[in-house]
Amino acid sequence: MGIFSRDALRPVALAALLGAVALPAMADELFYVAGGVGKQAEHFKELVKPWEERTGHTVTLVPMPQSSSDQFAQYRLWLAAGTEDVDLYQTDVIWAPQLSEYFVDLSQAAKDIVGEHFPSVIESQTTEGKLVALPLYTDAPALYYRKDLLEKYGRDVPKTWAELTETAKLIQEGERTAGQGDLWGFVWQGNAYEGLTCNALEWVKSFGGGQIVEPDGTVSINNPQAVAALELAASWIGTISPRGVLAHKEEEARGVWQTGNAVFMRNWPYAFALSAGEDSAVKGKFDVAPLPAGTAEVGSAATLGGWNVAVSKFSTKQEAAIDLALYLASAEAQKRRALLDGNLPTVVALYDDPEIAEAVPLIPRWKEVFANAVPRPSGPTRSKYNEVSSKFWSAVHDTLSGNGTAAENLELLELDLTDLQGSGW
Amino acid sequence: MTDPIAGRAGGPSLRQRRQRAAFWFLAPMLFALLCVAAWPLARTIWFSLTNTTLSNLYGGEWIGFDNYLSMRTLSSGRVVWRGTLVDPAWWNAVWNTVRFSLISVGFETVLGLIVALVLNAEFRGRALVRAAILIPWAIPTIVSAKMWAWMLNDQFGILNDILLRLGLIGEKIAWTASTETAMTAVLIVDIWKTTPFMALLILAGLQMVPRDIYEAARIDGVHPVRVFFRVTLPLIKPALMVAVIFRMLDALRIFDLIYVLTPNSAATKTMSVISRENMIDFDKFAYGAAQSTLLFAIIAVFVSAYIWLGRVDLGGEGSK
Repeated sequence: MGIFSRDALRPVALAALLGAVALPAMADELFYVAGGVGKQAEHFKELVKPWEERTGHTVTLVPMPQSSSDQFAQYRLWLAAGTEDVDLYQTDVIWAPQLSEYFVDLSQAAKDIVGEHFPSVIESQTTEGKLVALPLYTDAPALYYRKDLLEKYGRDVPKTWAELTETAKLIQEGERTAGQGDLWGFVWQGNAYEGLTCNALEWVKSFGGGQIVEPDGTVSINNPQAVAALELAASWIGTISPRGVLAHKEEEARGVWQTGNAVFMRNWPYAFALSAGEDSAVKGKFDVAPLPAGTAEVGSAATLGGWNVAVSKFSTKQEAAIDLALYLASAEAQKRRALLDGNLPTVVALYDDPEIAEAVPLIPRWKEVFANAVPRPSGPTRSKYNEVSSKFWSAVHDTLSGNGTAAENLELLELDLTDLQGSGW
Repeated sequence: MTDPIAGRAGGPSLRQRRQRAAFWFLAPMLFALLCVAAWPLARTIWFSLTNTTLSNLYGGEWIGFDNYLSMRTLSSGRVVWRGTLVDPAWWNAVWNTVRFSLISVGFETVLGLIVALVLNAEFRGRALVRAAILIPWAIPTIVSAKMWAWMLNDQFGILNDILLRLGLIGEKIAWTASTETAMTAVLIVDIWKTTPFMALLILAGLQMVPRDIYEAARIDGVHPVRVFFRVTLPLIKPALMVAVIFRMLDALRIFDLIYVLTPNSAATKTMSVISRENMIDFDKFAYGAAQSTLLFAIIAVFVSAYIWLGRVDLGGEGSK
């Protein structure tokens, strides 16, 4: 039987035919993992549509839990196992030093566009000369307040935490006597997770209590200003904030706020568009301001948040994945994201974009807040950051739950962090 | 048992052949157990004696028992102890787990017994009730934990709403958030979920009790309470013991319910939670492995003690 017999040729012909069908498209199917709040998961399809049409590739979103601590744990497992199933990871601003070895260096691919972004954001994603991830959006929290209630009680937007405490108490008591039994003064993120580190860092920093671990690596958390900040926050529990705030993450806080049951809320800018939505009880009744300061001299502090996209070095479709990362970080995609979800762009020019200013008036006002944002100590503490953060939020959570005083817990925390530091971070 | 063809000359006896056949029938199962139970356990123990990290799983170096306990002398001459065995967070987790296990299994046994006794009685629609009562057990823990998290939510939760309307509480309780009530919330959900399992195992035991014993007791005019303690309880004891040890094993390694339901606070962290945290979140894989090994050891001690105590009791009864 010759090799060119019909029987032998049949599979070859079939393969050629299949190849002919598949070839012109050369379509890769990419998998993108991301956690999200609000409607980000819903909007993702819309966001990547132009890219899919242009390149013919498709992207599937693999949704993650909202808690960034949970996301990190899952990512670490996948990356340690070297999974090829995920091509792109959406990463928190603090993760670059911890996960850098698993991601592709994007500095070559992105050399033409890095200049458009805020240098501080690019710097936060660069570890030892390697650009680990490209920025998608940045985050700096806002104080959401009820315009109508402040007007009713003739109060100004609080400039300090003490003023906020007083105003919240006044309005809460007033409204409760008027029959609004479920109204609370202030809601925020008090669950024992990364979000509490962000909240507490803002209190401590704005009281002049430093930033837990300073950029040079010294543990600075045990000081009278930090104690004062935590004592004030602990006084909120059960008075102007429900006890349940100790289990709140972003979405639980937004739940209380958006049903009209809070005077103030500390949350990220994503909540702005949702609070202004049709189904929101606070639509048209609220506005945002920078977070209050601890003392007038120090000024307010906002924890730098934000999300980035990294390409897995285990991906088998790296070329397409890098292209998608470049698209997602581009001004075009960032503008869409700003319009859809109200996320702050990292492309400087977009802060002057009239369309964005019209749709999300918060964004142009936030350039200033963002410029003064405090980074979490993920740089100096490197691979130990998670443990530092966990110890910090545990000490804060204990203090807020009344389990030891602020002074006692911070003293213990200082000891723990110094032990953890050992001979160096 | 006598072997009918034993002693036949030549070749192995039937018993030997049976044993050999039995071995070959069991071999696949033994092999599977070796792969999924013995090997991972041995590997975990080995990891706990190294300095392995998650980012470098195969590059760990032998460090002996340092993850458990090590002594270091600082340059100032002060001696410090390090390791899991002197880690207060670990002992807090052990205490949380043991407390949780004893309370939850205690409640589940009593409630399960009551439910089983009810289900053992003849009444109309019994089959339906038996099926219905299993529903909490059939729901995956993650789903029921999330469901309860919403019901226990302090602001929108239905439980606070009902209690407020009934006037049983003055203000909304933050069930899962307050350190005082977090463990109670976990216990409520766990008891709700696993009582049906207990009831089912005990019911199986109850159905083994011969009916004529009850008839004899009735004819003799013995009080029902006395019948329960003198007849029912001793007869279902073996089933009860098995049910309790099953639940105890399960309760000592509780993870999912606590992880989903409560904030990550020291009030509810259990051994499994803290070991996972070290392994994954803190990149201290070997340290977490040491804690897993200790968890295994603690469970083994519990089970041996339980079996030993059970035996002693049974022996005493037999000698009566």
